[in-house]
Amino acid sequence: MNNKTKTPLFHVSRRAALPWYKTWAIRGAALLLALVLSGIITSLVTGEDPFAVYGAIWKGSFGTTRKFWVLLQNIAMLLCVSLAVTPAFRMRCWNLGAEGQALIGGLASAACMITLADKLPNWAVILCMIVTSLLAGAIWAGIPAFFKARFNTNETLFTLMMNYVATQLVAYYCVVWESPKGSGTIGIINPKTQIGWLPQFPSQKYLLNVVVVAVVCVLVYIYLNYSKHGYEIAVVGESERTARYVGIKVEKVIIRTMLLSGAICGLAGLLLVGSTNHTLTTTIVDGRGFTAVMVSWLAKFNPVWMILTSFLLVFLGRGAGEIATKFGLNRSFGDILTGIILFCIIGSEFFINYEIKLTRGAGKEG
Amino acid sequence: MKKIFSLLLALTMIFALAAVSAPAASAETTVKAGFIFLHDENSTYDLNFINAAKEACEKLGVEYLFKTGIPEGQECADAAEELIDEGCNFIFADSFGHEPFLLQVAKDYPEVQFCHATGTQAHTAGLDNYHNGFASIYEGRFLGGVAAGLKLNEMIEAGAITPEQAKVGYVGAFPYAEVKSGYTSFFLGVRYICPSATMEVTFTNSWYDPTLEKEGATKLINNGCVLISEHADSMGAPTECEANNVPFVFYNGSAADACPGTFIVASRIDWAPYMEHAMTCTANGEAIEADWTGTLATGSVKMTEINENAAAAGTAEKLEEVEAKLASGELKVFDTATWTVGGQTLTEYLADVDDMGDFVPETNVIADGYFHESEYRSAPYFDIDIDGITNIDA
Repeated sequence: MNNKTKTPLFHVSRRAALPWYKTWAIRGAALLLALVLSGIITSLVTGEDPFAVYGAIWKGSFGTTRKFWVLLQNIAMLLCVSLAVTPAFRMRCWNLGAEGQALIGGLASAACMITLADKLPNWAVILCMIVTSLLAGAIWAGIPAFFKARFNTNETLFTLMMNYVATQLVAYYCVVWESPKGSGTIGIINPKTQIGWLPQFPSQKYLLNVVVVAVVCVLVYIYLNYSKHGYEIAVVGESERTARYVGIKVEKVIIRTMLLSGAICGLAGLLLVGSTNHTLTTTIVDGRGFTAVMVSWLAKFNPVWMILTSFLLVFLGRGAGEIATKFGLNRSFGDILTGIILFCIIGSEFFINYEIKLTRGAGKEG
Repeated sequence: MKKIFSLLLALTMIFALAAVSAPAASAETTVKAGFIFLHDENSTYDLNFINAAKEACEKLGVEYLFKTGIPEGQECADAAEELIDEGCNFIFADSFGHEPFLLQVAKDYPEVQFCHATGTQAHTAGLDNYHNGFASIYEGRFLGGVAAGLKLNEMIEAGAITPEQAKVGYVGAFPYAEVKSGYTSFFLGVRYICPSATMEVTFTNSWYDPTLEKEGATKLINNGCVLISEHADSMGAPTECEANNVPFVFYNGSAADACPGTFIVASRIDWAPYMEHAMTCTANGEAIEADWTGTLATGSVKMTEINENAAAAGTAEKLEEVEAKLASGELKVFDTATWTVGGQTLTEYLADVDDMGDFVPETNVIADGYFHESEYRSAPYFDIDIDGITNIDA
């Protein structure tokens, strides 16, 4: 009785791989918990019936045909950026610069639309936009990749800092190209002539993006799983030494993969500026460069699963926004809910990889 | 089969009856209003709009939805479309940069009325459902200038400063017409009372930046400005004035609570009359003007309570007297006899009233001895640099 060594109540240990249905059960429980928590908090704040809250979340995405299209468009754009970062992630190269790479792609598109509008025919402007935006995104990722391959710099910090450079460049050009005068914003580019506006499917302004991203999704899937490049990426990701041993030029793979990563981000910028928004702001990428990290992680870097994780994040985000409007709350309330939801979802990954065991014998004799 | 048929028939009749007995649609439409704000209540600019929107909607019994924190980009168009999805048939946006996006949505929804504060393009856009509104706030600023001039005279009489030291400072957001019109009218108000006054101006190049606005005020105070006014949307400049015990004239709303020792008075636009007017027009199916300029008479230009701690004696009486003169038209803020450019009195001036994106001035706005501000469109277009005002950033 008197040998009172202090035993902790529980301890955390790494799990062996769980069967797929258990991991999904944990994820489902986390999602449920997230919804219950946001329901409770919203009800407490507004005094509304929690089911009205869930109704609002649903309506945020499926309330009207237009909202459904916005949902698809947002999924497409988030997926596009997520697809971009995935090849680098598979290589264990943490490209956190997708935000800046997409932004600089958008800047290139906008530059073509504004400066070439009265010099070239529409098709030539669009061609220039495509080429320059992919190139700009690739360069923006290529710079950190070069330094990583050459000097083994830390790509996480480097790509992160490139985001700020891109944002400041865009902020500068927003003032240079401002319209109307005095607004400090670019406004809608070529509203009358519509030069540089990517062609649209009749009466569906978001369909082009959805189709383009669907194609990119398939291509990235094939590239990663069925091409020599994809295999090289996987080997470098597992172990750089092994890769070197089998004769893979690691530096080349790093640079090549990051260029691809950046180019797809540039494509996202092109689609945002040229196809849907027809303007350029510092916030046009809307944090997707960072959300994409989560999308890609949660889907275990699998492009097909990423469709689902993108859907989940966009669906919840739009639901949170709907709640804020419907119940007359500040827009920040939507962010609070999104935060709760993400916390639960990311937390669920912890419970998939680790288990918490109550320490036995703390109160037992013998 | 027969049963089903008769049931169907019965149902059809019931529905037909219901359709007939439903009240006939009257000419009056029920308005549901959607408001788009750049920031939230923490911005003095947006708070002024938010309060006005609540007041106007509650007075008219109109249901409303708010979207706060909407940037000047595609987000504005998205917000407007979401409000329309929620059944709003009247959309109001409060920031200058919202205009191109709101215009875009207005083209797609001809049955919805769009009102945009401070915008410039309604009179040339050629849309029946898109409108701009503003107010002759230069009259309010002129009155603020009068209060400031009285304070300067008091300081001169008390021997605190010489007439030559009567220098006021102004923290502006951007060096554009809206701000220039504002500080020039303020300065003309100051000089109307204190003829020896001069003014220095500095710009933050941002509508809302507490730090830059505070630094701007510091710079002006260090340059020897003995009174400050401002046109930007944070409490940055006022708190700096309070800390340095420099009197100031504010904008958007009272700062008497935060700065009890130095706040003199503030002018502000009360947007409620415009919102009420536009929503009433929407309800009655009447056309809303492309441009609507509120005045002292419509209750759109207002002065806050005067803070007796900081204001000179007799300020209230003087403001009343000058306000009456402005309202009657006896006194013109931009009377060309009261200001010069390079020592010359202007007799004509071309302003860029039709904002076609070309920045080409096309309309003569000086006639009958004064500059016709906010008459050819609601948003200000006075952008002349007059003698006596120094831009210290230039």
